[in-house]
Amino acid sequence: MTIAVTNLRVEDKLYQNRYVVDSGRPHIKVRPHKWPSANLFALTSVCPAKCYELNDNGQVEITADGCMECGTCRILCEASGEIEWNYPRGGYGVLFKFG
Amino acid sequence: MTEEKFDAIVIGAGMAGNAAAYTMASRGLKVLQLERGEYPGSKNVQGAIMYSNMLEKIIPDFRDDAPLERHLIEQRFWMMDDTSHIGMQYRSDDFNESRHNRYTVIRAQFDKWFSRKVREAGATVLCETTVTELARDSDGKVIGVLTDRTGDMILADVVVLAEGVNGLLGTRAGLRETPKPQNVALAVKEMHFLPEEVIDQRFGLKANEGCVIEAAGTISRSMAGLAFLYTNKESISIGIGCLVSDFAATMESPYELLESFKNHPSIRTLIAGSEVKEYAAHLIPEGGYRAIPQLFGNGWVVVGDAAQLNNAVHREGSNLAMTSGRLAGEAIFLVRKGGRPMTKENLALYKSMLDKSFVIKDLRKYKDMPALLHTNSRNFFTTYPQLLSQAAQNFMRVDSTPKLDKERATTAAFIKARSRWGLVGDAVRLAFAWR
Ligand SMILES: Cc1cc2nc3c(=O)[nH]c(=O)nc-3n(C[C@H](O)[C@H](O)[C@H](O)COP(=O)(O)OP(=O)(O)OC[C@H]3O[C@@H](n4cnc5c(N)ncnc54)[C@H](O)[C@@H]3O)c2cc1C
Ligand code: SF4
Repeated sequence: MTIAVTNLRVEDKLYQNRYVVDSGRPHIKVRPHKWPSANLFALTSVCPAKCYELNDNGQVEITADGCMECGTCRILCEASGEIEWNYPRGGYGVLFKFG
Repeated sequence: MTEEKFDAIVIGAGMAGNAAAYTMASRGLKVLQLERGEYPGSKNVQGAIMYSNMLEKIIPDFRDDAPLERHLIEQRFWMMDDTSHIGMQYRSDDFNESRHNRYTVIRAQFDKWFSRKVREAGATVLCETTVTELARDSDGKVIGVLTDRTGDMILADVVVLAEGVNGLLGTRAGLRETPKPQNVALAVKEMHFLPEEVIDQRFGLKANEGCVIEAAGTISRSMAGLAFLYTNKESISIGIGCLVSDFAATMESPYELLESFKNHPSIRTLIAGSEVKEYAAHLIPEGGYRAIPQLFGNGWVVVGDAAQLNNAVHREGSNLAMTSGRLAGEAIFLVRKGGRPMTKENLALYKSMLDKSFVIKDLRKYKDMPALLHTNSRNFFTTYPQLLSQAAQNFMRVDSTPKLDKERATTAAFIKARSRWGLVGDAVRLAFAWR
């Protein structure tokens, strides 16, 4: 595709959304690891809210505040035990106005 | 609440859960419905086309007060390459009937309305409550649920799992497996707001008429996927979804994909000047017939997306969810009316009712489609759209090349890309999967 999508920040998209963040109780956790598997690494670009990022040591970290609870990361990485995935407590998390 | 026992607990207030809860409550059953969102719909995402026939079977006069956006009079199917689209379009004034066949809806609003009907029918609906575990007796029979609201167990004769595509409870209780990456699509979607008249003008519509576009091609970057654009009254829903397995393999970013689709020359002008008010993501079950899990057991049934009941070829999901929810509710009512317990044996009635409905019949028809599109995604989503575009351009562009040479060039391009046998094979495989 010739269309250059430059400077696209997912933060600007997520900014439109409504969230009730359950501070101090992240609903997704990444198991400590030395090197990420291919699937865990893939999440750094596949997560639609860009919650997963590679740190300076080459490990994958998560900040789940913008999570839309789609479940993609669970499908890819829960079975291997690399992530622990739960729903936020009732009433917390993303709250779609339109959906 | 601990002292109280319900005839049925419904987990989830989406399309399937609302259909099940309404069906049971309106027949006099004591129903508790639990929803983790702040309000019903706050966690749910859909295109969204809503199919009247299946809702009429639950709430015949829904048109009186349901929040409907536009009734559809036109559908476009587009094959896209980077700069063009070639398509089929069907518009008919017959769709301007009094009882319209399909409407666009906005799920958060629609689910709130549906939930109000459920409450009016007599069910107890508790939001902001995540069910954390299924409670089972020593024989493994499901006897109720545990929630994050209180530590206490809530008991019921039967639990209806209407928990959507992620279905944590059912998978964690070992009732079914977590969907495989090749059996679910990740879809991202935005809501673009424009004045009603502007939408009317751009799509040639009047008085609540609606138009939808379904598009495939190089926009999915060789992944198995589809994009869509649906007109609501004062907004346009636009999105794209591809298989999770393909996303993982290619490491494409979903929002970049959506951005490219929005910037495609054929789409850009349709949404120009709009204000974006939401960005959403959700999974869609796409494994079809072969991915349907066990649907009932001792003290439980599963309905809707949690049961993978989704027709990806026709982009139908909400209607399968509503129908499976309604049939589960009817089956539970009949078992109870007969004075029989909610055992696996008795709840098999739900499955036999579902087998006779369009839900299973349609999914069986397309049972080979998911595998075909998955294994041949490059051909179907990149090569053919490019070839078709090239063929159309050869046909339309007027220069000094003799027509016969142009046709030869078109044929040669197809054979070069897929070989004669490849073309025949693709056609045969597609025909068989469609049959
Ligand atoms: C982008 C997109 C476009 C689509 N377009 C169309 C379309 O145009 N037409 C169509 O017919 N279908 C469409 N679908 C499919 C359709 O949205 C689904 O098939 C339908 O929503 C399924 O209904 P459901 O009730 O099974 O699940 P959902 O609507 O997902 O409802 C599940 C509910 O359960 C709740 N829940 C889950 N777990 C718990 C728990 N542990 N405790 C409490 N509550 C819980 C959730 O919060 C949610 O409210 C689309 C889907 C997507 C993602
Ligand atoms: S659930 Fe979806 S949005 Fe949330 S972190 Fe996982 S992939 Fe990202």
